[in-house]
Amino acid sequence: MKEKPWKPWLLLSPSLTAVFLLLIVPVCFVVVYSFWLRAPSGMDIPAFQFGNYAKFFADSFYPVILLNTIRVALETVFLCLIMGYIPAYFFYRTESRLKPFLMILVMLPFWISFIIRTLSWINILGDSGLINHLLLKYGMITTPLPMLYNEGAVIMGLIQYLLPFMILNIYVSLDGIDKSLTEAAQSLGCTEWQAFREITLPLSLPGVSAGCLLVFVLTCGTYLPPMILGGPGNEMIANLIFKRVIGTLDWPFGSAISVILLLLLVIIVYTYNRYMGINQIFKSLSKG
Amino acid sequence: MGEDLKKRLDDVYENYRNGNITRRDFVKFAGIAGAALGLAGGPFGLINKAFASKSITCHSWGGTTSEALRKFAFDPFTKATGIEVIDAAFTGMDAFLTQVKASYPPGGEFNIAHLSAVYDYARYTDLGFGVVLDESKIPNLKNVMTKMTDTLRGITNGTLSAVPYDLGQTGIAYNTNDISKEKAEELGASLLYDKSLKGKLGSWGGDFRTNMWYAALHTGQSPNNITDVDAVWDALTEQRSMMKKYWASGSELMSLLANGEISATVAWSGRVAALQDQGHPIGYLAPDGTYSWMEYMYVLKGTDLEVAQKLLNFMLAPEASIAVAQGQKYPPALDPTKVEMPEDVKKLPAFDPTGKLNGYLFADPAYWNKHQLEWAEKWDRIMAGA
Repeated sequence: MKEKPWKPWLLLSPSLTAVFLLLIVPVCFVVVYSFWLRAPSGMDIPAFQFGNYAKFFADSFYPVILLNTIRVALETVFLCLIMGYIPAYFFYRTESRLKPFLMILVMLPFWISFIIRTLSWINILGDSGLINHLLLKYGMITTPLPMLYNEGAVIMGLIQYLLPFMILNIYVSLDGIDKSLTEAAQSLGCTEWQAFREITLPLSLPGVSAGCLLVFVLTCGTYLPPMILGGPGNEMIANLIFKRVIGTLDWPFGSAISVILLLLLVIIVYTYNRYMGINQIFKSLSKG
Repeated sequence: MGEDLKKRLDDVYENYRNGNITRRDFVKFAGIAGAALGLAGGPFGLINKAFASKSITCHSWGGTTSEALRKFAFDPFTKATGIEVIDAAFTGMDAFLTQVKASYPPGGEFNIAHLSAVYDYARYTDLGFGVVLDESKIPNLKNVMTKMTDTLRGITNGTLSAVPYDLGQTGIAYNTNDISKEKAEELGASLLYDKSLKGKLGSWGGDFRTNMWYAALHTGQSPNNITDVDAVWDALTEQRSMMKKYWASGSELMSLLANGEISATVAWSGRVAALQDQGHPIGYLAPDGTYSWMEYMYVLKGTDLEVAQKLLNFMLAPEASIAVAQGQKYPPALDPTKVEMPEDVKKLPAFDPTGKLNGYLFADPAYWNKHQLEWAEKWDRIMAGA
């Protein structure tokens, strides 16, 4: 039968149209805006100039916040990886009938608004929050511990938002590993730890890297946890974009910062694709 | 709208034929117009038309403010006229201005906004989002304090695009368990710079003006004419090292004060009054030069003026205006020498029994808007610790 090359495109056309109109076109607008000028009244003046980009690199203020964002993102990735691998491995190994229920627990946070989840930390970590209240009540401390409005609180807020992404990516990767491989290794004299280190861990790396990439990219673009849980000095690049666009109506400069962040993330994703293959993410997600 | 669009298309076509615009621009405009007509004239247009004369949208601050407006102004208005008032809340004035700016045509989707401070009246007007109200259709405007209407008229060449509705202050709130009234009154604006409060101070991160205003008072300068701006930045940099949290919304402000997270902060008078009503140990300090502001109902371009004027007149009726004031804890814009005020309204912070507002210091819109971009960025840098 003659192949119809247009058929896949026809099937894909609704998705492609949506992606084009809701992603590509807005990004193009942002890029165009980044070359415009802003009038003192807040009006935008069409232009083609690189002043907004020059302003970003004119002194260390904006680059430092960008670097801080990357540092916080890397810390979040590392902690999510440590905290995510263990439950993912547990789901892979367990034969418990409760496994589906436990998997639902991982997904449960998605059922609650991200803002509500972030705000709830105030009642847990605050000076009069649950932890300080209990510690003070039982005389373990005399003044409340400063657990809120600092970088630790921001990272905690990011972890509770992003951990499910890491767990699910790793789990899907682990789930694709044939368990008989480790059994064979153990029958040949490997210890359980050696079998994990030599077989399971390397084979799960695609899921690990996919999870790391997703967590990293999402952290770089988020602004709610720093806004709600952060203190002075915990600003991330997305907060700056928010302020430029919303606070000062400086859409051109806000767009320029967005484009710089976008380029940075594109470079990272490109590098990842070069060495790991972006299809690992799709493979992991499609197996889910 | 169809007629208006047709006229614009005719104009553009004529310009194209005369060679005043390029073919590309003509096609671009025709495309946009077609899309707009499709949305406005198709099924969406039918819905629009069905509701156009029967509803009007009013954006306000949410929480107790919107609740008071809904209960004492909008619902009774709907009951009396059959016109529905869609009660919407914005996350902040800057965010709302962004939405208005992003709408097409600018301002078209939005009707009335409960805005604060005169500099925003100027900003919305400068951006072309204003209208000219027919004051003969708003007879209750005669009860409003003259100084408030005159201030707005000064910006819009003697006309009004808004009616003043209430007034308030950004004073200083302090926890009376941590700070005595005597100490607060002695220090005045400098309470916000008291080193003994390190780690227990808060401020509004979203507004450079408020922070500069109190830094100016702290450094002995007039907020509307800062002569030594470096001293202001130095004071704010020093204050940052003592800051626990730059809050972003009224509800966050109330949460921080109510939970004892912070001991002192700049604060909106109505929010403090609400906390005091709830029994929290919060004091309110209005030092010399306290930042006063007026709030007004701004009518945006594209709104059905007949409906808007009818609603504004209803809202300014003493019974509605006073009830809203009691609900939201901000004194009304009505002149107390013309309209008798109940005792609880007289006790609200920022209430002026003379109706003349002498001694109230408002932000000079020309001065603050002139420096807005430069100072907002500098403020961001200070907050971030640069």
